[in-house]
Amino acid sequence: MSTRYTKDHEWIRLDGDVATVGITEHAQEQLGDIVYVELPEIGRKVDKGGEAAVVESVKAASDVYSPASGEVVAINDALGATPGTINEEAEGKGWFFRLKLSSPAELNELMSAEQYKEFLATLE
Amino acid sequence: MSQADTDTADQAQTPPQAAAIATGDAAPAETPAPLRETPLHSLHVTRGGRMVPFAGYDMPVQYADGIIAEHNHVRADAGLFDVSHMGQAFLVGADHETVARALETLVPGDIVNLAPGRQRYTQLTDAAGGILDDLMVTRSADPDEDGVLLLVVNAATKDADYAHLAEKLPAGVRLLRADHRALIAVQGPAAVRAVGRHCPEAVALTFMSAITTRFDGIDCHISRSGYTGEDGYEISCKATRVRAIVERLLSEPTVRLIGLGARDSLRLEAGLCLYGHDIDTTTSPIEAALTWSIAKRRREEGGFPGAERIQRELREGVTRLRVGIKPDGRAPAREGTEIRSADGAPIGKVTSGGFGPSVNGPISMGYVAKDFAAPGTAVQLIVREKPLPAQTVALPFVPHRYAR
Repeated sequence: MSTRYTKDHEWIRLDGDVATVGITEHAQEQLGDIVYVELPEIGRKVDKGGEAAVVESVKAASDVYSPASGEVVAINDALGATPGTINEEAEGKGWFFRLKLSSPAELNELMSAEQYKEFLATLE
Repeated sequence: MSQADTDTADQAQTPPQAAAIATGDAAPAETPAPLRETPLHSLHVTRGGRMVPFAGYDMPVQYADGIIAEHNHVRADAGLFDVSHMGQAFLVGADHETVARALETLVPGDIVNLAPGRQRYTQLTDAAGGILDDLMVTRSADPDEDGVLLLVVNAATKDADYAHLAEKLPAGVRLLRADHRALIAVQGPAAVRAVGRHCPEAVALTFMSAITTRFDGIDCHISRSGYTGEDGYEISCKATRVRAIVERLLSEPTVRLIGLGARDSLRLEAGLCLYGHDIDTTTSPIEAALTWSIAKRRREEGGFPGAERIQRELREGVTRLRVGIKPDGRAPAREGTEIRSADGAPIGKVTSGGFGPSVNGPISMGYVAKDFAAPGTAVQLIVREKPLPAQTVALPFVPHRYAR
């Protein structure tokens, strides 16, 4: 399954029944140097569009919303020591958490890579 | 994702990092006044500055390297800041005594005893002892300019400051706005070498001293000062000539352009106040731990707005004090964060907070009740409704390295 994107600049990638979530390359670029992340606890149930994590750059804190509903089954602990990984590889090693989706069909409501690219173009 | 409401700072006063992650549905601003531009605006844009509104100006919050790299560059080499948005003005009167006495009716600093070519930090206070603005006052080194003081005030407050000064100054002392002048800062251990190559006279200046001189033949006013905690200079010149000076400086291998984001993290690590955040009309200079800026003579004589409160606070002490606060963990505690005692009683608020690249961790400053101000006192910071352990610490977070 390919990666899907939200208008709030999160990405989600499904692998089996577990999806990985992070913020987009565009988001990290806009934020600048990331210095802190607060990740959800494993086992927490999150709703689509609900606050799931916090990312802080040098200047500001931003909420990260879950692109889909489900239960947190893993978090990227490595970000605690090296939050700058999000700047280096937002859509890879800089992932935030993994979700066991409660309704995978929700992903169909999100944008494809192509659609997200078009969406970004409208923001300029 | 979207910017959390933890940053309550007034946009007009703080460099808003690009954090309102363009969600595309941002509310349309209410017909904002067009942003003003400094004489270096096009240079910032050409050199990759990310421009944001700050105090009514379109200013670079960072360049391509990013805030942390820019911050570290200033601590290691030298950074060049455009601070032309700040207010520059001259106070002019018959002689130094006349001008200094007039200004002393509005500030608690000792201006009368300011020697030629010396600079001083002080505050414009109000009748209640609050702070209307903080400013730098320099007495001209030039004997032909006896009776001239150069003021540098904050961008967001400059119009109000000038109106206040114009209203309160006696007839024999005139305020002349120097809006035709630009101001840049060159800060960091390599600043002396970089500036000295173009202005050899600047090398011998000591901290908080100033001269009228030439930079590669361009008339300017240079002071050994700044707002980063590092050695360095501020250079004031005609707006039409500043680009030439900046281009010469940027040709030096050690000098890079630095945006407002790093300016803020540098001054926070240096424990320096940002007007509108750490100090305002609700804080007195004594509460703000700026007592050092009020000379003994002024403490005793008074004669400035709010002297009654300020002298009382000097005699009897204050109920709250500005302190440094170091969170034990990694989460930054930003402006507006509530501070509680170890047993959970509210004792104050954070007025500036974020990440200190040189500290390599979160740092804050704020006001706490007097009993909790001693360095090493355990406190809690309420971040996203959770209490995070922290300690009060002595300021600055990073030692100053001025050329005394």
